Amino acid sequence: MLLSLEPRGRQSRAMLWLSPLLAGVLTLASGALLFAILGHPPLETFKVLLIDPVSDFYGVSELLVKALPILLCALGLAVAYQARIWNIGAEGQLLIGALAGSALAVHIIDWESRWALTLVLAAGTLAGAAWGGLAAWLRTRFNANEILTTIMLNYIALNLLLFFVHGPLKDPAGFNFPESATFGDASRLPAVVEDGRVHAGIYFALLALVAVWVLLQKSFVGFQIKVLGLDKRAAGFVGFRERRLVWLALLISGGLAGLAGVGEVTGPIGQLVPQVSPGYGYAAITVAFLGRLNPIGILFAGLLMALLYLGGENAQMAANLPQSITQLFQGMVLFFLLACDVLILYRPRLKLKWAKRAALQKAAA
Amino acid sequence: MDIDLLTNIFYAMVRTGTPLLLVALGELVCEKSGVLNLGQEGMMLFGAVIGFIVAFSSGSLWLGVLCACLAGVLLSLLFAFVALGLSSNQVATGLALTIFGVGLSSFIGAAWVGKPLAGFEPVAIPLLSEIPLLGRMLFGQDLLVYLSFALFALVAWVILKSRAGLIIQAVGENPNAASAMGLPVLRVRTLAVMFGGAMAGLAGGYMSLAYTPMWAENMTAGRGWIALALVVFASWRVFRVVLGAWLFGLASILHLVAQGIGLAIPGNLLAMLPYVATIVVLVVLSRDAIKTRLYAPVSLGQPWKAGH
Amino acid sequence: MSFDTASTPRLQMRGITKRYPGTLANDRVELSIQPGEIRALLGENGAGKSTLMKIIYGVTQPDEGEIIWHGEPLKMRDPAQARGLGIGMVFQHFSLFETLSVAENIALAMGAAAGTPKQLEPRIREVSQRYGMALEPHRLVHSLSIGERQRVEIVRCLMQDIKLLILDEPTSVLTPQEADELFVTLRHLAAEGCSILFISHKLGEVRALCQSATVLRGGKVSGHCVPTECSDMDLARLMVGAAEGLEASYPKVHGGLTRLRVDDLNWHNADPFGTSLAQCRLEVRSGEIVGIAGVAGNGQDELLALLSGEVRLPSTERERITLDNQPVANLYPDARRQLGLTFVPAERLGHGAVPDMSLADNALLTGFQMGLTRAGMINHGKVMAFADKIIADYAVKTPDAHTTARSLSGGNLQKFILGREILQQPKLLVAAHPTWGVDVGAAAAIHRSLIALRDAGAAILVISEDLDELFQISDRIGALCSGRLSPLAETAQTTPVEVGRWMAGEFEPVTHA
Repeated sequence: MLLSLEPRGRQSRAMLWLSPLLAGVLTLASGALLFAILGHPPLETFKVLLIDPVSDFYGVSELLVKALPILLCALGLAVAYQARIWNIGAEGQLLIGALAGSALAVHIIDWESRWALTLVLAAGTLAGAAWGGLAAWLRTRFNANEILTTIMLNYIALNLLLFFVHGPLKDPAGFNFPESATFGDASRLPAVVEDGRVHAGIYFALLALVAVWVLLQKSFVGFQIKVLGLDKRAAGFVGFRERRLVWLALLISGGLAGLAGVGEVTGPIGQLVPQVSPGYGYAAITVAFLGRLNPIGILFAGLLMALLYLGGENAQMAANLPQSITQLFQGMVLFFLLACDVLILYRPRLKLKWAKRAALQKAAA
Repeated sequence: MDIDLLTNIFYAMVRTGTPLLLVALGELVCEKSGVLNLGQEGMMLFGAVIGFIVAFSSGSLWLGVLCACLAGVLLSLLFAFVALGLSSNQVATGLALTIFGVGLSSFIGAAWVGKPLAGFEPVAIPLLSEIPLLGRMLFGQDLLVYLSFALFALVAWVILKSRAGLIIQAVGENPNAASAMGLPVLRVRTLAVMFGGAMAGLAGGYMSLAYTPMWAENMTAGRGWIALALVVFASWRVFRVVLGAWLFGLASILHLVAQGIGLAIPGNLLAMLPYVATIVVLVVLSRDAIKTRLYAPVSLGQPWKAGH
Repeated sequence: MSFDTASTPRLQMRGITKRYPGTLANDRVELSIQPGEIRALLGENGAGKSTLMKIIYGVTQPDEGEIIWHGEPLKMRDPAQARGLGIGMVFQHFSLFETLSVAENIALAMGAAAGTPKQLEPRIREVSQRYGMALEPHRLVHSLSIGERQRVEIVRCLMQDIKLLILDEPTSVLTPQEADELFVTLRHLAAEGCSILFISHKLGEVRALCQSATVLRGGKVSGHCVPTECSDMDLARLMVGAAEGLEASYPKVHGGLTRLRVDDLNWHNADPFGTSLAQCRLEVRSGEIVGIAGVAGNGQDELLALLSGEVRLPSTERERITLDNQPVANLYPDARRQLGLTFVPAERLGHGAVPDMSLADNALLTGFQMGLTRAGMINHGKVMAFADKIIADYAVKTPDAHTTARSLSGGNLQKFILGREILQQPKLLVAAHPTWGVDVGAAAAIHRSLIALRDAGAAILVISEDLDELFQISDRIGALCSGRLSPLAETAQTTPVEVGRWMAGEFEPVTHA
């Protein structure tokens, strides 16, 4: 190899933030190459993918609708990942939140009280937290690896949701479609603009953003979470309670994912359907890493991811590209990010230069 | 339950357990060398879609199988470059590989969803396959299942008997000491990761060419993840891998059993069983943290760079 | 025993230079060694000994200079080539694989051509008997004692036709008696013509074993000498230059009130690789330093974890450890800290400090009970002030408190950690290996800080593998062996030989009731 890596000795702060940008650029470049190979003109395809969807107000509003669940999940994941608790289960926690909220909502369709919405949201959030708590229990009590348990809980959650939507929660008046009855107005999240689907969930996302920022950057509990993540032995040495922190991190990330789920069914969808989430919980993993587990970074990464989702839908309609292009780009950007992150600790050098320098030194001596 | 039903259940158990066995054998070798590759699901799916497309286009199932393996190796090289070459976090890199593999396979396979293909058919071995109960299970399968038996024997021999097995175990236990001794740590690990990729690709090919000869998005349904749990279940011991894979195969076909004894349980609830079983198994086996530590490769999942 | 200096040297190193980012590890190093010669390579931590050995053994390549073997210049590409030439190396941190058997370990190192582990067994037995190092080829390495593991390393080298044996601080893991046995084997080897390069920083044993010595300082050869003709002071000056604090001797004192009492502490270690503690009794009084000697792996880590609170006893056993007569054995570390215990663990990075966090964050790590937080929020101003005070008071060399712990040198980080603990004004300080891997200047500063804390009335417990250090600073001394604690003696009333016997387990067992 012509390039060699030389340790910097300390982290490069600039690369910490440049690396996600570099990863983005590399993803775009590979995307362009892919489009060219498939016979789609790259620039036009990117326009269809990334610019057209947000070229009007409705598009921007749709962007926010998509960004909300991703942001909520990713903020929760950031808390868990800071503690090096690999919660891969945001998807399942989101689905369970949607399921629990819906189970309550279809039973109180006739309520007109404001409490209906509060209760439904609380049910969803608590259910998500419980689903996360299940993984915490399995890990703290039985030492079961949370990566595997949360993944399994995702599949279980999906099958539970399918069972309920095909069975107990199916709308009796729904012509046998696998859908629940439409929720009552009192349990719907109100829209915040007139001609768009952006709903009041946006306030929750902003609140969560600030809360997670304070937790991670300002609070002593957040400090403990970071110490646990960076250095388990040091955490034990000063007596930070690992079990409590694991519970806390998984309850928070589960709760936020549950809120995201119930926000979907009470917001843009309005009923329980099998396709509550097109993989928001998985996309949030990429978003959390891309945003450097930092709430502000996650905000930008989340908006970008939402744009990719919109673009994927648009590309299917306008450019006849499979919608799965969204996931493809997700995977690519995460890969490039991990590869670019090597630059945080290492400085790239041209080998050629080394050889030359050595020769010069020899000549001098 | 009559004997025919039992024979069929045993047969289906091995058939269903085969992709798990293949992936788990590959991941076992990989983890023995100290590398945790969480990208099994992604490599499986990529193998499945490439295997299907090649077999469909060329008309040769075996060419499909070969390309499925190569597809798995290709993705595993991507993992090896980032996780070993650049010594990044293996957990995050493995996740990236799975997300990428899921996306890539859906993207490539979009035009091939639902196309019909005549897949591998069972090749019954005369006489042996007529042994009651176990005959069909062991001797009435398709060729890829027999191949999984052979690969199992190969992996068992390498790990337990060969010098290569010693080297893999040494690298997985203490890469610094292995390197000081002159063993090429990164090369050993890269080869182990590639073997894991080939096995995952093969398992994907088995799914799309033999088990259900067709391509559907996410058709592996978490088998790559279950295989990862299987390696923990097996405490990194090769004979337990085959046992675990078949047991999970059994858990996945319990609807057959349920039908057999006349139980009507909704399909979605039965479909949860393998996943629930995985959690139960993890709980039972991980409880004793010290025991787990005894068998797990010491340096599993830790990035390593030469010269330290 | 003599060797012919006129003959061709077995190994010559000429102008060896090796650079690492930020340091010059070897700077034009010259070294030559004759057949049958036992040569010491002396130097303190970081002097470049390890780098030089790795170059000889082919683990790394020099940037400049040449290696001459039996008069022939050659390039040492890798350890396999070195072994092929008859060079063997015994690492300080053993390069053994615990999950493999003795025979498998040896077979791995010898290459495929040497045969399978089974085929090698008779030779392993033969070699180990010939040099008086009993070994059972079938046993798994994790079931061996530290001394036995070292034998595996040495036998592994002796399986081939050995010409040069390099040993990196081999006695650091042995009791003085075991070290003497090792010296017998080494002299036997040298008499057969094998050259031995013996790396150490212990002057006494170098004088006992080696005919010649090369001293490294700061990557350069600072001198050659004949150890038997030099005083400790001469050698020490070659090793560290004109450093202060080398001869410092501190007055011994008697302690006051009992601060820490460990009473009949029994603890079963569920980890088969670990040590269980049996019937440990110990008292540390205010205003004294108690030193605990012992070879690594004899229960130090376990005792430390029980004292710090990382491992806790059930509350029915809480009286086993008391601090100022208050039972603490069931308390978490933070609760013990509130009662006045502070702690300096053996490992600086990864235990005493979080490597990737700033010094300020690392100050908060144990100092959080000093009013650095309010209503659950961190007071960053106070944290910075505390960190700056540690840096100023303990002369920690660092650009600022935002620097990560990882980027500090061992000595500076240790000063920071020790300062952090002392500034919390402890009643009891427990310090593990306080000067391990630290340069002489920093070690002297650390010793002075400990003595000052003692004189201010704190009780101090020091656990160390360095017997010289313990005799220098502690007022009373004891030793750990296989999880049992010897009785304590006044340091002034005992000798290293006696403590060495305790380290080997030769002390009156505590009688059962």
